[in-house]
Amino acid sequence: MSTYWRTFKVAAWLGWEMDSNWTEPWLFVLYSILKPVAGAFILVLMYVVFATIGNTEDPSMFAYMYVGNAFFIFVASTLFGTFQVIQSDREWYQTIRYVYISPISYYVYILGRAASKVAVATFAVVVTLAFGIAFLGVEMGLSLADVPVLVAAFVLGIAVLLAIGICLGGISFLTAKHVHGLAEGIPGLFYVFCGVLFPLSALPEWGRSVGQAIPLTYWFDLTRRILVPGTSIDRTLNAYDDLTILLLLFASSLVFFALSVIIFRIGEYVARKAGKIDMTTSY
Amino acid sequence: MGDRIPAGGTTRCDMPFAVETRDLTRIFAGKKRIRRKRHASEGEDGSGPVTALDHVAMEIHDGELFGLLGPNGAGKTTLIKILATLLLPTSGEAYVAGHDVAKDPFPIRQQINMVCGGETSGYGLLTTRENIWMFSQFYGVPSKVSKARIDELMHVFGLWDKRDTKVRMLSTGQRQKMNMIRGFVTDPSILFLDEPTLGLDVNAARVIRDYVMNWVRKRTGKTVLLTTHYMMEADEMCDRIAIIDRGKILACDTPANLKRMIRHDTTFRLEVDTLHDVTSFGSIRGVKNFSHREDIATNRAHLTFILEDESPVAEILSRITTQASKVHSLQKSEPTLEDVFISMVGRGLE
Repeated sequence: MSTYWRTFKVAAWLGWEMDSNWTEPWLFVLYSILKPVAGAFILVLMYVVFATIGNTEDPSMFAYMYVGNAFFIFVASTLFGTFQVIQSDREWYQTIRYVYISPISYYVYILGRAASKVAVATFAVVVTLAFGIAFLGVEMGLSLADVPVLVAAFVLGIAVLLAIGICLGGISFLTAKHVHGLAEGIPGLFYVFCGVLFPLSALPEWGRSVGQAIPLTYWFDLTRRILVPGTSIDRTLNAYDDLTILLLLFASSLVFFALSVIIFRIGEYVARKAGKIDMTTSY
Repeated sequence: MGDRIPAGGTTRCDMPFAVETRDLTRIFAGKKRIRRKRHASEGEDGSGPVTALDHVAMEIHDGELFGLLGPNGAGKTTLIKILATLLLPTSGEAYVAGHDVAKDPFPIRQQINMVCGGETSGYGLLTTRENIWMFSQFYGVPSKVSKARIDELMHVFGLWDKRDTKVRMLSTGQRQKMNMIRGFVTDPSILFLDEPTLGLDVNAARVIRDYVMNWVRKRTGKTVLLTTHYMMEADEMCDRIAIIDRGKILACDTPANLKRMIRHDTTFRLEVDTLHDVTSFGSIRGVKNFSHREDIATNRAHLTFILEDESPVAEILSRITTQASKVHSLQKSEPTLEDVFISMVGRGLE
């Protein structure tokens, strides 16, 4: 256990240094605030377009979109932060062979590297939500009693994202060419099918089935139930109570964790067999 | 089955093997879409499978500074990658510190480290010190011990002035020195050095060679596997050397014993104007083998002949002059490791 913890700590330190050390501290803080605020303005624009096209103005629709998009920051950031570790260590820093042959768990190393992305994303989500409440009229009603469920959902949601990222990492051991396609494509699929911008009821039947098979749908739905309880928008999973959704999220987290271990180990074994662990391709 | 390497002059049968390989073979698959595989050894044109290691069997003793000497593409790096648990063999077995590289990599990783020359790896946003410290933490070196070792090694390798410089600001040579420190800071039992002085200036290479030799000889239980294509480096540093070419180990012994293999031969080196035909030298009676290297910059050719005695020299000179080429120098010399290599494969190490 001490090896895992040590690996996680050092990798998290490295990730944080790389995420924060590229400029002066004050500029980094400014960037961390301005980036999510700029993202919020894009949402406003999107909402205005939707409202104009649909000829309706519904504040709860805006809150639906806003909270979904705020939490989607975790998806893009955590997924990218997880599975680009192999690519960056291999192609950019060319350190993968030295990290890989050190007595650590490479799986835990990737989790550690992603930890700083989660921290930066958490800050961005908090800024986005605070900006929405303060300046854009987003109405939220978080009750203290719901905080444990919200935190539990957050932990499980991040765990699922990390597991999916590790699965993609296992694949990126074998391919350099398609990593960027995956980096853009997978979050894009989640954006459409997980009820981020619009409810699942807007999708065709097969699209709803896809959405319900992805654990992130449950995380977003539960988070919205807690943060925006008064919304009139279809909550997709109306048939389930909060605890059931949390249990579904927990069960799917376990499944995705097991999948991530299996896929990562297979990817690592095949890469070691094919001599691809430390390949450089300039992609 | 591969040939067993003859025991060298520093064999210590009572000591455990730090590294042992048995029939170790590694074949890299070619690009299937270009051409179907016909033979395992094909691949010269880059299309078929390439046999990087061909039934390699060798033993490196605990506490030995062992060299792998061979030209580029001989299979040296592939062997190191397998031993360092980066790559799986196609067949055969390899053991490091008594553990199977394919089945049991974790205990191996606790005892090894590796440094590859000529590369510029490192996290550019970290300082030199932070970079090395971070790697030491992966090995569980206590932070205080690690920092003291880093400071000491930075003084030795002349990197002290750059201790707080970000890695992205270092020159290639400085990055290479940083990587050498990274290799030593974990105090491994077995260190793999893959062309560690490649591209370094003379002084830096000298410092690294001295440090490696002292590290092995002044401390017990330290083993180094060094790959190089610099024969002087191998000759000076190594207790034993394996000569490798096209994935096969051709000979393995102490440098002195290897050179003794051709002690009855005579070595001549010639510098002549560029020649049109060099193949005919092989047919001269008494020529055991020879190598030929063109120097485009000077428009001259460098020939090394391994002869049974001095009698073929006249015929060699005659064939050179008939090609309207001028002989600029002719030198009889003591055998070197490169001459051993030439006598075995018919070409030089470069």
